[in-house]
Amino acid sequence: MSAAAPKTPPLTDERLLKTSPLRKLMGRPELGSVVGAVAVFLFFAIFADSFLRASSLATVLYASSTIGIMAVPVALLMIGGEFDLSAGVMVTTSALISSMFSYQMTANVWVGVGVSLLVTLAIGVFNGVMLTRTDPPSFIITLGTFLMLTGMNLGFTKLISGTVSTKSISDMEGFSSAKDVFASTLTIGGVDFKITILWWLALIVVATWILLRTRVGNWIYAVGGGEDAARAVGVPVNKTKIGLYMGVAFGAWISGQHLLFSFDVVQSGEGVGNELIYIIAAVIGGCLITGGYGSAVGAAIGALIFGMTSKGIVFAEWNPDWFKFFLGAMLLLATLLNAWVRKRAEATK
Amino acid sequence: MARFRSWVSIALAGAVGLTLAGCSSTGGKRAEDARKAASAQGKAAVNTPRWTVAMVTHSGDGDTFWDIVQSGAKQAAVKDNINFLYSHSDEAQQQAQLVDAAVDKKVDGLIVTLAKPDAMKAAVARAEKAGIPVITVNSGSEESKKFGALTHIGQDETIAGRAVGEELNKRGRKKALCVLHEQGNVGHEQRCAGAKETFKGQMQNLYVEGTNMPDVQSSIGAKLQADKSIDSVVTLGAPFAATAVKAKQDAGSKAEIDTFDLNEKVAAELKDGTLGFAVDQQPYLQGYEAVDLLWLYRYNADVLGGGKPVLTGPQIITKDQAAKLEEYTKRGTR
Repeated sequence: MSAAAPKTPPLTDERLLKTSPLRKLMGRPELGSVVGAVAVFLFFAIFADSFLRASSLATVLYASSTIGIMAVPVALLMIGGEFDLSAGVMVTTSALISSMFSYQMTANVWVGVGVSLLVTLAIGVFNGVMLTRTDPPSFIITLGTFLMLTGMNLGFTKLISGTVSTKSISDMEGFSSAKDVFASTLTIGGVDFKITILWWLALIVVATWILLRTRVGNWIYAVGGGEDAARAVGVPVNKTKIGLYMGVAFGAWISGQHLLFSFDVVQSGEGVGNELIYIIAAVIGGCLITGGYGSAVGAAIGALIFGMTSKGIVFAEWNPDWFKFFLGAMLLLATLLNAWVRKRAEATK
Repeated sequence: MARFRSWVSIALAGAVGLTLAGCSSTGGKRAEDARKAASAQGKAAVNTPRWTVAMVTHSGDGDTFWDIVQSGAKQAAVKDNINFLYSHSDEAQQQAQLVDAAVDKKVDGLIVTLAKPDAMKAAVARAEKAGIPVITVNSGSEESKKFGALTHIGQDETIAGRAVGEELNKRGRKKALCVLHEQGNVGHEQRCAGAKETFKGQMQNLYVEGTNMPDVQSSIGAKLQADKSIDSVVTLGAPFAATAVKAKQDAGSKAEIDTFDLNEKVAAELKDGTLGFAVDQQPYLQGYEAVDLLWLYRYNADVLGGGKPVLTGPQIITKDQAAKLEEYTKRGTR
């Protein structure tokens, strides 16, 4: 071997090598969740009569979209290496602010919606600033925000409305146009689709474009992959993280407005526990809990799996007591599948 | 590995041996089976086609009260040859989606609770548009008719609260505490407000974290210690009565504990005088009647209540009735 003349080194950089399309597909974070989603869909298609009806699928899509609208920005945040445990109650907070501001000020409903957007984004900024300016991890900081918001939701609502739910604003100016935007139903071919499905798709497109086609997307991956390394190469770490928290707040604002305009009255005690569902959807979709890896499409598919399971159990006429068990089993399976796919993808590079 | 296996077999042998050696002649599974055999048998009493009825409630996971509602509904379903489906969620949005799913299934009848009426409005309207008869149970007596339901079966919380106030007056109480275990539950607020309305003495509300029993106990205990003049405590759910009794003992208070709703323990404590009285809304009846009325509607277009809610409560239960009810609570029907 040693006698052989040394070969000329290849002129191309290994990063510029062409990879086959199949290999590219194998390397996508959402591959595991796509396989899972197909499996869950086939399962319920076989075992639950009426699951394949158009109206049933519309219900499944609606259920998925209400989770997915939050799962997409939460996934971005997790790719950036952080958590937001206040995401669940923030949805309720956002709805409460819109409703109560409009009612108390007797203002056009759109004013309340605008104020709600500003306040909700401010909560996101608060989370981000607290995280970047202080030492504790995001898990602890947003846990604090979560508890504070839960208390404020109840406390303020009771203080202002005198009861635990808000007063009706359906007879106020601007309500019907806001309802059209946030909570209308589109009838396509005799089947009713909720507009949240469109919001969800729009968020998926925007988030994917940010992640894959912009500088900010690279910053998000870099920040999640290694904060110090990212800072060393000039990535604005703090700005990126605050921005990500604002993204989650924006999702919470859309979800909150949907709650308000589809039900007209908001219960102040709701939303607790949903933050974990968003995180679960993101993880099933291939996001790593340690950050630096994942995709928006994956999180959306995670939400779809969640929607299919929660409604599929009803269509299959199973005892709903077992729902959480299936969810947990699915989370474990999805994570293992994702890990296996990732390993295969890295081994074949 | 071999050692581990031998340990396991020793443990298993020990467990089997202990079970055989230590049979209990009272209570346990055997007594339950005997009770079950003595209660109703499951055979359809009618020859109508097999209709499907779905029930969607606002209950959280693992709730005793809703278990009893379900057992009533299931009993009626067996008798009426009905396929009974149950689903629940304590999130308004989820509950509405579950109703949507039941409508997609094209069920023959729908039973819903309207704890969060505004959230359920659209889903119930969709059911009616699909020609599915709807009956509301437990909560939402005011909205039921507005939403176009056939009838409402339940207890008017304000009336139930007033009954509690009257009963406290009868017992010569002066200062009462109303323990709310679910912040944000409108029905609970109505109960305490109703009791305040008719009670001649003073009544205070105490909010506790219902999902955390130790917290409930310490909150009630602290309140009783801080104010020795409280002579009665009203809890709004059966599991909280026993906790209030513990808190009272810890605080060395003389207050009488009274409660809404029943369970096995409440019945036993009513019997031995630990509790003063209970206000029951007969959950079994709510489930049973809802299914039965849907059957009647489909079979004979009958509607009960004449446009008014059908009330299943309040029924004040004291020491006198407790003995019989204890037997029924054990089998999960009261």
